[in-house]
Amino acid sequence: MMYEGSSFMKGMILGGIFCLVVSFFETFNSGTHSEGHEHLHHHLKPVSKDELEKLSESQMSDWTLQVRVYCLIMVTPKLLVHWATANDTWSKHCDKSVFYTSESSKVLEAVDLQEQDEWARLRKAIRHAYENAGDLRWFFVARPTTFAIIENLKYLVLDKDPSQPFYIGHTEKSGELDYVEYDSGIVLSYETMRRLIEIFKDVDRCPERGNALWKTPEETQLATCLKYSGVFAENGEDAQGKGLFNKKSVSSLISDSMGQNPADVVEACCSDMAITFGGMSQSQIQVLMYGVYRLRPYGHDFHDSLTFLPPKDSDND
Amino acid sequence: MSLSVSKLNSNILIAENRRAAPEFSQKVRVLCWVMTQPKHLKSRTQHIRATWGKRCNIVLYMSSEVSDFPTVGLNVSEGRSQLYWKTIRAFQHIHTHHLDDADWFLKADDDTFVVLENLRYGLSKHNAEEPLYFGRRFTPFIAQGYMSGGAGYVLSKEALRRFVKGFADGLCTHNTETEDVGLGKCMETMKVQMGDSRDVLGRQTFHPYPPDYYLPRQTPRPRPWYLIYEHYQPVEGPGCCSDLAISFHYIDAVQMHTLEYYTYHLRPYGYKYRFNPNVKIQVRQEKRWLIQTLGVIHLKRKELLYV
Repeated sequence: MMYEGSSFMKGMILGGIFCLVVSFFETFNSGTHSEGHEHLHHHLKPVSKDELEKLSESQMSDWTLQVRVYCLIMVTPKLLVHWATANDTWSKHCDKSVFYTSESSKVLEAVDLQEQDEWARLRKAIRHAYENAGDLRWFFVARPTTFAIIENLKYLVLDKDPSQPFYIGHTEKSGELDYVEYDSGIVLSYETMRRLIEIFKDVDRCPERGNALWKTPEETQLATCLKYSGVFAENGEDAQGKGLFNKKSVSSLISDSMGQNPADVVEACCSDMAITFGGMSQSQIQVLMYGVYRLRPYGHDFHDSLTFLPPKDSDND
Repeated sequence: MSLSVSKLNSNILIAENRRAAPEFSQKVRVLCWVMTQPKHLKSRTQHIRATWGKRCNIVLYMSSEVSDFPTVGLNVSEGRSQLYWKTIRAFQHIHTHHLDDADWFLKADDDTFVVLENLRYGLSKHNAEEPLYFGRRFTPFIAQGYMSGGAGYVLSKEALRRFVKGFADGLCTHNTETEDVGLGKCMETMKVQMGDSRDVLGRQTFHPYPPDYYLPRQTPRPRPWYLIYEHYQPVEGPGCCSDLAISFHYIDAVQMHTLEYYTYHLRPYGYKYRFNPNVKIQVRQEKRWLIQTLGVIHLKRKELLYV
């Protein structure tokens, strides 16, 4: 009994050491690749009003043609209510919005990827979107629990060249790796999509089924693959440095601000040009839709340099 | 789901009212009084003071006690049974001290959110020297109906005079504790006309409940309890509420700031709103570039012409 027990213990210890060595080796490997790549801008802001006014007609014309967005909305039947809500609300403002699902639902239309693994599903969706992009050059990936204001997304990327690699959202760190948080939406340029399609072929650096002993979230897997392609996460913020991508709900952010900045709740809270919010119920989203696209004080005019028309066949915006 | 293309020629119809807000605040003067109490100043009323209160030409916080908030002390005690006394005393106070300071007199609760610009816009077409009263019209109890107290209601200067005169002459009395019904009865007695506060598309502007009661889509159903009193046929879903809404009620502190953020801050860049209240306004373009893409238009340098 004792003899068998000690073999078992030796086996456990060896196995444990092996695991530690393997994971250490992996992080060491990913660490070395970050050298030699400059972060040109870690914080990404929209073009300023002054700059917009200085533009030539042909420049403005180029920009307006470029700034069209393909929305990839990653749904599952479990999220049916949010799926339906996204379908009825913000997704109508994308130039093209496609719902990608793990399995089909009789109730709502989607591209059925027939894939239960979330990372594999995201890869398939990205491939599908790239192949069906037409002349759209910006891609927005979100779950239906996120609400997005696409016009403000367009404003953020207006002066950015989509043939450059952009990967934008709310950035977080996982060890040394900067990644864009999935829950507040991920913005990818056409060039980034192209590089992703390439790196997907590399089974060592960007495997479809994770080879780590534990499952890493898709957002970090995506960031890792992108890093190998020389693409780095950038935090989307407004001219004042306020984050534009939020995974919290509006009321949650307001509530936080009431605690932290009681004298100036709304000013200190959230950007006027916010792009995403998350964690909101169906009825809160209908109210947000009304609050963003309809409710306003008579007589306030903004003199924006571009005009975006409301979508056809829609009654809640 | 692409954005719509519009085939534009040399004249574009857009509602632009660049200078409307400042002009209106002097032409359409509104005195707001907020029905409140000492217990609520910190939990509720301070959030009104921080948000829409300052947009009134004059704002008075009416309470049983005077304070540095500042509140006006009315000669009444607190409690549900005293609400109509508070209303009577509040309007009497306003009539005595502020009759000439404003054209219109709004009553709101300390959990009502009000968009003053939209109130002024709605009132701008009316004459404050006429006996008029606006709000969310309810049917029962009174022949001509009455306006919901929580949603807020507005009296014209003449209506205020008649209300106060009614009590002075004994034609109106404290005959109920329900202040909105009581005031409604006095308005009827003094021949003050009920206004229609709906927008040009028939959508409501004053709301006795928060926006999430009305906006979510519903399958056709019998009126839920909160729509039972409605004078006009209620609409559920997006058609419930005007873009230029004036009020919402039962708004707690977080929602007050949330609505402030939605109304005055959060917006979609460049968005051309669907709803144009003034279709008669034309835009003449001095120099304009049109780029017909899938719905994105660039406009530069415009002049306004009011027709």
